[in-house]
Amino acid sequence: MPDTAIHPERSRGTAVREISYADAIREALAEEMRRDPTVFVIGEDVAEAGTPFKVVKGLVEEFGKTRVVDTPISEAGFTGLAVGAAMAGMRPVVDIMFGDFMTLIMDQVVNQAAKIHYMSGGKWKVPMVIRATMGATRRSAAQHSQSLHAWPSHIPGLKVAIPSTPYDAKGLLKAAIRDDNPVVVFEDKISYAKVKGPVPDEDYVIPLGVADIKREGSDISIVATSSMVQVALGAATMLEEIGIDAEVVDPRTTWPLDEKTLIESVKKTSRCIVVDEGYFRYGVTGEIASVIAEGAFYDLDGPVRRLGARHVPIPFAPPLEDATVPNERDVVALARQMCNK
Amino acid sequence: MSIAAKQEAAGLDVEKALHMYRGMVAIRAFEERANDLYTRALMPGLAHLYIGEEAIAVGVCEALRPDDYITSTHRGHGHCLAKGAVPNLMFAELLGKEAGYCKGKGGSMHIADPATGNLGANAIVGGGSTLATGAAYASKMLGQDRVAVCFFGEGALGQGVLYESMNLAQLWTLPVLYVCENNMYCEYTHYSETTAGDIPSRATAFGLASETVDGQDVRAVHAAASKMVERARRGDGPGFLLMNTYRFRGHHVGDIARDYYRSKQEEQRWMADRDPIAIFGGWLVSEGLADKGALDRLEKEVAAEMDAAVEFAKNAPYPDAQRVDEDVYA
Repeated sequence: MPDTAIHPERSRGTAVREISYADAIREALAEEMRRDPTVFVIGEDVAEAGTPFKVVKGLVEEFGKTRVVDTPISEAGFTGLAVGAAMAGMRPVVDIMFGDFMTLIMDQVVNQAAKIHYMSGGKWKVPMVIRATMGATRRSAAQHSQSLHAWPSHIPGLKVAIPSTPYDAKGLLKAAIRDDNPVVVFEDKISYAKVKGPVPDEDYVIPLGVADIKREGSDISIVATSSMVQVALGAATMLEEIGIDAEVVDPRTTWPLDEKTLIESVKKTSRCIVVDEGYFRYGVTGEIASVIAEGAFYDLDGPVRRLGARHVPIPFAPPLEDATVPNERDVVALARQMCNK
Repeated sequence: MSIAAKQEAAGLDVEKALHMYRGMVAIRAFEERANDLYTRALMPGLAHLYIGEEAIAVGVCEALRPDDYITSTHRGHGHCLAKGAVPNLMFAELLGKEAGYCKGKGGSMHIADPATGNLGANAIVGGGSTLATGAAYASKMLGQDRVAVCFFGEGALGQGVLYESMNLAQLWTLPVLYVCENNMYCEYTHYSETTAGDIPSRATAFGLASETVDGQDVRAVHAAASKMVERARRGDGPGFLLMNTYRFRGHHVGDIARDYYRSKQEEQRWMADRDPIAIFGGWLVSEGLADKGALDRLEKEVAAEMDAAVEFAKNAPYPDAQRVDEDVYA
């Protein structure tokens, strides 16, 4: 893929419009719904309300209530319904308002959607997308703040995308909708309005399973996902001031995982921090760290280090909640220690 | 009066009646051979037999078109066969062979076949309810008039997604039929110990059309199912059928000592008085629509077909272990 396809901001030298992460997602949905009449959006308060985050606001006006479908508060029911509809010729995009509600749909996703293709010997397909959210620091407490993307990443038959930028969010969601498998896309709630970036006007997709180097560097690799990409980029700027040249690598999908790009980066820098907003234990950082340790062992100066959400239910009080999520200072301190600076 | 004249006088589709009789006999013969394969250790895993409940699968599926959908259960051989599955590919799947419906990757509890509208047998109790509802949703969105039938046992009445499904189906007037096979035992527990209130009210509370049917009488099953299926196909919404039936055998083949949850006398009463094949066969003969000799011949034909299917499956090769990673992703 040419570099300009992945990095529109590096393309042509002409101005590319900047839009928000939420707008990029809405554009992806609208474009795919125009392109393919079997694509529909289903979930709680997706129509006129456009979800509490207003991400799909306006879709109902173009596509009507038969393709932007408000449901009862019945996550397992409508997610399972989407699995059946996908088998029977549709391409549903299920909206799970808070990623914490993955718990409510796990049987439909894990025991049904993920396994139907395999159990049927490849005869049935389940081309569906589940859009869920992730990310803390909205003061929403323990049941509306988790980042549970490690869960579906553990299950054969599922693909999982965790975009960090508007460009990635649009391209990955469009690829997910066109994919013949169930794909779970986790969107960072904080990024919806806060993160803006260049997105070209023309149609593009980002293949699932291709990592992106968000910043090139030579001293240390910071493998960061979703919300943590901005944290890693901020940390890299601070590190630059003290003479540490950090590379920031965004896997963009936890499965398929672009192991090659991660390993190549660490072979170059010989140091690696993995930072992710999911729970630290038994999660994405552990898997990525082991992939890198196995693939770049003889090039590493020391162990791969990890930063993740503290192993506690997400608390409500701001100082407590902020202490659960890795921040730029944490990344900088760890990088300095690893680089002896 | 000759049989032909009586058939005409009966004003009923005798060809359909004999097709249903044959269908029930085929399921019984299939299950007896599955039992045999299992007890001889030729069949891996578990075998949940449908013996005693044949009239339900046959009576309902006779009311369906080939392109209509079904979802089935862990006790699903009967539903799959009644929807049009062929026995040799069924047995091959039961034995884990490459030639099976799912290339040996699904087994007894996961037979699926798009060609016959079979969305799959499902080993999560109640698991088919959302899938059938979703297929009905797709049928409606795509402007088709395909109907989806969700078969489930009364054990699934304890599962929340069943009620979520019925709520959605009625809200959105979906062409789906929920068929509850109350065989009285949730595994090893009588349903009265697991089920509060009455069963049909669960559906009527959501506004579904509901009917309670003698599940041992294939004519009653077929009549009720035909009405509900046509109603759904017309766009009048979902239906619920409570089929009262009995599981003649154990929860699975290995469930032999059953005294702790039900008596031998109870089993013998049902088998002697309420066998759906005997009831329908007896009716066909007493009405003069078929003679005993013809039914016996039909049974022999079915037996030969099933024996050949078993041989096919036994002789078929296992999948190559290298194929384990195939079909994870489409």
